[in-house]
Amino acid sequence: MGTAFEESAPRSLPSLDQLRWGLGVVVPALIVVGWHLLVVTGVFPPYQLPKPLAVVETLYAMTLAGELTGHVAITVQRVALGCLVGMSVAVVLGTLTGLSPLANDLLDPLFQSTKNVPSLAWVPLFLLWFGIGEPAKVLLIAVGAFFPVYLNLSTGIRDVDENLREVADVYDLGRIETLQKVVLPGALPSLFVGIRSGVGLAWMFVVAAELIAASQGIGYLMNDGRVMSRPDLIVGAILLFALFGNLSDLGVKEVEHYVVDW
Amino acid sequence: MSSTGEPAVAVDALTKAYGDTVALRDIDLSVAEGEFVSVVGHSGCGKSTLLRVLAGLEDDFEGGAAVDGVDVRGEHAGNVGMVFQEPRLLPWLSVRENIAVGLPERIDPASEESQARVDELVSQVGLDDFGDARPSELSGGMAQRVSLARGLAYDPSVMLLDEPFSALDALTKREQQEFLLGIWRDRDITVVLVTHDVEEAVYLSDRVAVLGGQPGTVEEVVDVTGERPRDRSADRLVDRREQIERALGL
Repeated sequence: MGTAFEESAPRSLPSLDQLRWGLGVVVPALIVVGWHLLVVTGVFPPYQLPKPLAVVETLYAMTLAGELTGHVAITVQRVALGCLVGMSVAVVLGTLTGLSPLANDLLDPLFQSTKNVPSLAWVPLFLLWFGIGEPAKVLLIAVGAFFPVYLNLSTGIRDVDENLREVADVYDLGRIETLQKVVLPGALPSLFVGIRSGVGLAWMFVVAAELIAASQGIGYLMNDGRVMSRPDLIVGAILLFALFGNLSDLGVKEVEHYVVDW
Repeated sequence: MSSTGEPAVAVDALTKAYGDTVALRDIDLSVAEGEFVSVVGHSGCGKSTLLRVLAGLEDDFEGGAAVDGVDVRGEHAGNVGMVFQEPRLLPWLSVRENIAVGLPERIDPASEESQARVDELVSQVGLDDFGDARPSELSGGMAQRVSLARGLAYDPSVMLLDEPFSALDALTKREQQEFLLGIWRDRDITVVLVTHDVEEAVYLSDRVAVLGGQPGTVEEVVDVTGERPRDRSADRLVDRREQIERALGL
């Protein structure tokens, strides 16, 4: 009797997780419906806010025409390269300052103060130095991706449980083995916190880079939409940023789940 | 089991201070090879500090502390295994890998010899089915046994235990006590156990050092005779317990 009840229960009631996921969709769906109604009833003129379907149509047509792929690809490439460069440097310097108090005293004040420089403030300097080509954009994004990874890794290494370091001490693990077995694994969760927020910042910086100096990319599409009074293009580009930003975050989470598996 | 050679543990006029706070003052303690000695005292009397000194985790103290005649302040000194109050296992390593952390430096962890040694220890602590498990999958008692196995992998002459059973329920605690006695007998090692449980100390040890005062000093050393396993309710043990409790001011 008991088992019959247990078997039938999951079928009649959706699990809490499914319900939660469903709840998360309710408000965005209502917003889309409200958006559609506001445009159709003329509260917003179409040249300011397009119908939701018009945005989908625009994106679909551009995809068919083969225009969209190039823009998306170049933006994704910039973000990927910027993350690669910025995070590689961050891992090296974060490990160094995390491990060596001397390196920390020398370098950390510099990074702690430069992290507060707003992203857009770098743009003129980078344009002056590197021109309007790809290096300027990739480096700007690298700056964005650098700080969270550096800061989290450096403190993550310093904050590795003192109790576990003592275990390494008692059993005479050498410097290298202590690093491999205790310090670096212990700092991995912090590293991933840094990577996730670094990827988020990279998407923010790519918009800045592409709005100002680009002839291709999702950010360029936005600017193009403004110049040509095409709100469907602007909203479409925003949705693309939302989509790829979320996808990259999910990707990092997936990797984290696989690497930090204890 | 009195040995003619040097004591396994020799503490001589040890004074240890953290800043202005003196944790231990003028501690003298000598533990013979193969002896089982417990150190009891109120919390904050410095008994854990004493173990930390012996484990080589504290370099800055006055007086002497030596294991097997070697000063604990040396680079690779102190042939000791340590079981902390918490298991302190590395959460990202399996039970086998955690035990292998204790293997001495000279042994290549990938060698067959070390694999066999880890296997043997896994069985010895009764975790055959959990060799590849992560610490998060273990109960408190199991995790503490892995910690003990890690200490044994080091093949120490002295095993230090810092209230290893204090977080366990009464039943598990008794099992672990029997288990520790078994290891002590089979391996013929020296054990220094820090505990606040007087009954545990009397049941397990050859001698019980009572630490008291602020800063901690050795108030009294009580001999407990008799073969193990002992009868926990024997009059002799009860007498010893009362003697220790009086020394503790209970």
